[in-house]
Amino acid sequence: MNAAALVLTVFVACAVEAVEALTIVLAAGLTREWRSTFQGMAVALAVLAAVVAVAGPALTLFPLGVLRLVVGALLAVFGLQWLRKAILRAAGYRDRHDEAGIYQRQVAAARTAAPGARHGVHDWYAFTLSFKGVLLEGLEVVFIAITFGSNQGSIGLAALGAAAAVLVVAAVGVAARAPLARVPENAMKFAVGIMLTSFGVFWGAEGAGASWPGHDAALLAVVPVVAAVALGYTLLLRRARAAGPAWPGGPARAAAGTSPLTSGEGS
Amino acid sequence: MSGWLRSFGMFWYDFIVGDDWRGAAVVAAALAVTALLVHGAGLNVWWLLPLCVIAALGWSLRRATARKG
Repeated sequence: MNAAALVLTVFVACAVEAVEALTIVLAAGLTREWRSTFQGMAVALAVLAAVVAVAGPALTLFPLGVLRLVVGALLAVFGLQWLRKAILRAAGYRDRHDEAGIYQRQVAAARTAAPGARHGVHDWYAFTLSFKGVLLEGLEVVFIAITFGSNQGSIGLAALGAAAAVLVVAAVGVAARAPLARVPENAMKFAVGIMLTSFGVFWGAEGAGASWPGHDAALLAVVPVVAAVALGYTLLLRRARAAGPAWPGGPARAAAGTSPLTSGEGS
Repeated sequence: MSGWLRSFGMFWYDFIVGDDWRGAAVVAAALAVTALLVHGAGLNVWWLLPLCVIAALGWSLRRATARKG
């Protein structure tokens, strides 16, 4: 995989997670108070940095074959989970990922939560909300960046893609001072699910000892095949949902929108 | 301590595997069979894992949509 593909894949994956973290941080900051929100964010970022500092160098100690087997398996499983959710949302079987709705729910919860200081933090609720949001979304960023980077021997480049995504989303968020509801999250997550699954399959099979025809060039076939299968499943589910049981024993549901990538929402 | 370890393990299980453990089981089994066939029988079964992953995805989607009925 060339450097541009690595950076682009990590950038898109991390941008999606950064958008979700931004929604939570904005809800905490605008509704409660910014100081505790930033404290929670800073502590979460420190934890994530520690994870990267430990896991990044540790992964380089493994032989490449073992690394590709383990990381390939993890990415394939992780990618399957993303892809499954993205397909179910695109086909109308799961609720859309709606940043504006999530923001409103977080704001409503933040407004009713009791104020209170703890452990030197002025607003414990804002702190924990921000900490959890940044840590959980950030873990996905770290997982993707480290696994992609370590397999390609370019953790620096992967980190560059991740950092660029976070900075872009943060800058747009600061300018907008609102959740980035217009970001096409479902399409992005659909694409990321395809990439995670494809690279997981590619590296996993290589790690198990198989040799791909054409070596690295095989990815040029694997990615489109996984994408075609994912789109095919989506269209099949949407048609079945409109017509009756999706599969033998499946449900009869009303028809969804028109585009498999834009009518559903994120992972 | 055991409660914390359990929570830690559950978090990572949910983080990596998610709602359907069968996909992870299929991936693990496909990788094991691939390694066995490559190293044991000298067969270059590069196609096995992608085929199993595609099948696992379809199986998982079928189960998910059937449950929603």
